[in-house]
Amino acid sequence: MSEFILETRGLTKRYGGVHALEDANFNLRHGEHVAVVGDNGAGKSTFVRQITAVEQRSAGDVIFDGQPVHFAGPLQARESGIETVFQTLALADDLDVPSNLFLGRELFKLKLGPFSILDRKAMREKTLEALKTTAVKIPNIDNPIRNMSGGQRQCVSIARTAAFASKLVIMDEPTAALGVQETAQVENIIRGLKARGVPLILVSHNLRQVFDLVDRIVVFRRGRIVASLRRDETDGNDIVSYITGVKGGVEV
Amino acid sequence: MAEPAHGLGGLKYDPSKKARPQELNVFIAFVIIVAAFEILGRLIIGESFLFNTREGTSGLFNTQRLSIIILQVATVGIIAIGVTQVIITGGIDLSSGSIVGATAMVAMSFAQTALVNGNPNPKAIFGDWAMDLPILIPILVGLTCGLIAGLINGALIAYTKIPPFIATLGMMVSARGFARWWSTGNPISFPTESYNAIGSGMRPVFVFIALAVLFHLIMTYTKYGKHSYAIGSNEQATRMSGINVDRHKVLVYIIAGMLASVAAIVVSSKGQTAQANMGVMYELDAIAMAVIGGISLQGGRGSIIGTVIGALIFGVIISGFTFLKLDAYYQEMVKGAIIVGAVVLDQWRQKSRGARA
Repeated sequence: MSEFILETRGLTKRYGGVHALEDANFNLRHGEHVAVVGDNGAGKSTFVRQITAVEQRSAGDVIFDGQPVHFAGPLQARESGIETVFQTLALADDLDVPSNLFLGRELFKLKLGPFSILDRKAMREKTLEALKTTAVKIPNIDNPIRNMSGGQRQCVSIARTAAFASKLVIMDEPTAALGVQETAQVENIIRGLKARGVPLILVSHNLRQVFDLVDRIVVFRRGRIVASLRRDETDGNDIVSYITGVKGGVEV
Repeated sequence: MAEPAHGLGGLKYDPSKKARPQELNVFIAFVIIVAAFEILGRLIIGESFLFNTREGTSGLFNTQRLSIIILQVATVGIIAIGVTQVIITGGIDLSSGSIVGATAMVAMSFAQTALVNGNPNPKAIFGDWAMDLPILIPILVGLTCGLIAGLINGALIAYTKIPPFIATLGMMVSARGFARWWSTGNPISFPTESYNAIGSGMRPVFVFIALAVLFHLIMTYTKYGKHSYAIGSNEQATRMSGINVDRHKVLVYIIAGMLASVAAIVVSSKGQTAQANMGVMYELDAIAMAVIGGISLQGGRGSIIGTVIGALIFGVIISGFTFLKLDAYYQEMVKGAIIVGAVVLDQWRQKSRGARA
């Protein structure tokens, strides 16, 4: 078994002439929680989108679980064990909680191609179970999530990720739109993942949160990784220096 | 009222406050409209709309009127079942009326009988080989027409990313042109006995109800239904969940096209003839039924049950105007007003929902 659950080598993404991500060399150990920080447009989300195959990379390698991978799309990434919470909520507002949790991986009573019959009872029960393990409370999961608060919806999104988490979880700004209590709830879910030994990449702007939660902090600036620092060997000022470019050039 | 539960972050949430199903609202509207015609009928012309008041006949209701209403809407109702699915995915289908025209022409060409009153069929399209074919042939040929039209619609929308409005508008014009070209504008008549039988009596109603039940079950209990709602609700999220949205859309438009051709077979059989301008405006009537039935044109919301009730409302209004001896011109004008009214109501409902959230 490889030391790392995920490695990227020379990962590069260009949009036309724009180099959104340049030569990113990144690694993540089993069970490790890493934060990805950086200014707007530094390439954090681009980095995540290459790993989850929402976009196809321009160059470089992704090695996941010891194997070089080239996912055709996010479903394939997910089937291989990479669960992602996207910055834009990837939820369907008119569907209820179980339908959202199981969107794209429904359970069936009878397989009939596109007309396969859903096993709604099983999905409902598994949803309740999943919400229980993540300690997310959402009364009446049969209502469309349109009627829920932003925090509740984000928790559905995160519960989906946490419930199906197998090998790697990626969260892109999971608490950006949340209130204090809801943020605390999400952070508890993240601690739960740590306790279960599920590795995590957390994209965040919130340095307080980053220092509370993760083992290591990776700083992006202008499409490049400029620093990779253990949490106990750095502090907020140090990180901010790297984000703003006061310090930098240390390719890790 | 139940004790409010404490949800996430201590938010109060009353689980008993479940949204009233849209279908119930539509049904209430249906009852009100029927009641209105009943009252207006008694006031203006001194007759009952709903009840049996004729001397010497038994039964509580005026079954003759009711069966005419449902027979009137059955054909377009079949189309509306497909249109409902298209709109739920966030699309629109303007081509169904033209598909009815094209399918009717083609299917009827394969349903002709060789001898009419002992003489050769005066409207024969093909030679003897295409005469008195088994009933299955015109049906399969007809369904294939709808399948091809739907496939073209769906493929254009899914793979060239042009708006559904434009793709199906193109099909609307082209399919109508095809229908005229097929027999250079001449009607096609004299079908076989068995083809005639399809649309006779109340059979169109049974076809409508059977298809409505089938697609209600499909939309509620299958992956196809779930993904249709998901696409209309948030297409990007559905794509990110790994669902093949493009392929799904093609399937939805194929089903809509095939339902239009079922309607074509029924209507041409009922009329015992096929004409190139059959089904003109059917697409708009079908959309109107879905809209009256509470569908959201933004996608994601609506149901087959809603559309069926919407179809009944549609039929009651037309029949009610005839019953009140109002001119047919008024019907058209009021029909337009009702369609706009239903959409305004939907917008208003969404706004109030948004304010609450």
